[in-house]
Amino acid sequence: MAEYQNLFTQVQPTGPVSEGVPLPKGDWERTGVPFFLHLLGRLGNAQIGPVYLGGLGVASLIAGTLSFNIIGFNMLASVDWNPIQMVRQIFWLALDPPAPSYGLHLPPLGDGGWWMLAGFLLTISLLLWWARTYRRARQLGMGTHVAWAFAAAIWLFLVCGFFRPVLMGSWAEAVPFGIFPHLDWVAALSLRHGNFFYNPFHALSIVFLYGSVLLFAMHGATILAVTRFGGEREIEQIVDRGTASERAALFWRWTMGFNATMESIHRWAWWFAVLCPLVGGLGVLLTGTVVDNWYLWSMKHGVVPSYPEVYPVVVDPALMGGK
Amino acid sequence: MAMLSFERKYRIRGGTLVTGDLFDFWIGPFYVGFFGISGAFFTVLGTVMILYGAAIGPTWNLWQISIAPPDVSYGLRFAPIREGGLWQIITVCALGSFVSWALREVEICRKLGMGYHVPVAFGFAIGAYFTLEVVRPVLMGAWGHAFPYGIYSHLDWVSNVAYQYLHFHYNPWHCIAASLFFATTLALSLHGALVLSATNPKRGEEVKTPEHEDTFFRDFIGYSVGTLGIHRLGLFLALSSVVFAGLCIVVSGPFWTRSWPEWWGWWLNMPIWR
Repeated sequence: MAEYQNLFTQVQPTGPVSEGVPLPKGDWERTGVPFFLHLLGRLGNAQIGPVYLGGLGVASLIAGTLSFNIIGFNMLASVDWNPIQMVRQIFWLALDPPAPSYGLHLPPLGDGGWWMLAGFLLTISLLLWWARTYRRARQLGMGTHVAWAFAAAIWLFLVCGFFRPVLMGSWAEAVPFGIFPHLDWVAALSLRHGNFFYNPFHALSIVFLYGSVLLFAMHGATILAVTRFGGEREIEQIVDRGTASERAALFWRWTMGFNATMESIHRWAWWFAVLCPLVGGLGVLLTGTVVDNWYLWSMKHGVVPSYPEVYPVVVDPALMGGK
Repeated sequence: MAMLSFERKYRIRGGTLVTGDLFDFWIGPFYVGFFGISGAFFTVLGTVMILYGAAIGPTWNLWQISIAPPDVSYGLRFAPIREGGLWQIITVCALGSFVSWALREVEICRKLGMGYHVPVAFGFAIGAYFTLEVVRPVLMGAWGHAFPYGIYSHLDWVSNVAYQYLHFHYNPWHCIAASLFFATTLALSLHGALVLSATNPKRGEEVKTPEHEDTFFRDFIGYSVGTLGIHRLGLFLALSSVVFAGLCIVVSGPFWTRSWPEWWGWWLNMPIWR
């Protein structure tokens, strides 16, 4: 019964490093001397590097580093420049957006201005990185699927930090930078608008999130189970179906009556992963702008379950007209 | 017979775990086997119980139907059918059905000469369900701590249980689980996109190779895990998500009863800060 299940690579032949497919004229040289890391080779490729920097990459890294430093130094300032307290309180520290009283106006630097600058630079960095994913694919003659998937994530980022605050007329609606602070923002947004579990777009987004994890478990496991037939050579299997693809397909057909193909499983994967931030962003965008309270919205549409009265009826003090 | 063009040569006898050749057949595209029979039994019984629960409940509105576990006053005892007994039967049926499904997958793996990765992975999901509906209620001493079977009612359960701990996002295992869920989805999007971009290249170009995939990712972020590694990584990330999701709920109640933001006191009060 004990069989080799191909969970880790057991023998690693070491050959010359791969310099990669030649780049077209006009591109930069690749950076870094590639090297092997044995432990990585247990899981996948052992080779690290080279990397292509390029103008877009360098510009993106500069903007991102500036943003990261603005956030970091604001946090450091908030603990009176004490590095030990910075480490101790790192999960709690925040760089907050401006107060609601500023609306969409520009606040002073210390009052949300740094937040705006950090957010602006981070956005620039992300957009440049997006252009980089598009250009790197094109320069190798490949499709631009990675770039468009990344665009879905940028959409969610911009909805939370830009589109929705603009529609709501206040930067204060946007997400603060910080570990616990951004979690507090999520909880507060949900509670303020009647519990996000009643937001159907949130529900769909979760479906695609869990669905993506399920799909990757199914797909990863299926491919590993047919690696003994060369199943991990997916491109080859797509253009010239072999027994690995046939067994993988039949496994699911016999299990659940339906199967993807070696190519279509990657379309399922792409759409599940992309729809997660896409519909999630839609749910956030509609919150407070179109729908103020998702619980009341759900009551109106008759989806909220009722429960047996197990506690004595209590009158809400707020409704008693007290002073 | 609904068969794929290449299917007939794979439809051979053998590979069963129990009952030999007795149930070694297909119905349409579905393989049956002993565990197909046991799975169908639990699935049909469980579904009928759910329909019965809906019939004696207050509504046929799909979103509002809910079959709740027994009140906590029943502890870990059997409850009357209308008082949570249905929920208990359905839970047993669900576990019976899930385990049958996993073992049926094992038989199919054996028949096709494949590794056992899929049924093992599915076992992790069954483990998470078992943790939520059996382990945690048992540790807390009442079936009433399990979640109800209903589309919106299970969401209410998640919301209510989470706020019992004030702010569930501060649960460190929840933090890790959520990060892993996002990481898995990110990895899936990148893998799907990379394969599609190699097989659906720029107009007029030939289909690309794994060499191009590796080159793209090395150009992009300096590392490409490779065609084999990405499936190990994806499976590992997905299973880790499930493990930490189960952990984050099983510690809430049995092992931690206060608010999750309070849990972090140990970090703030470590002697190294003095």
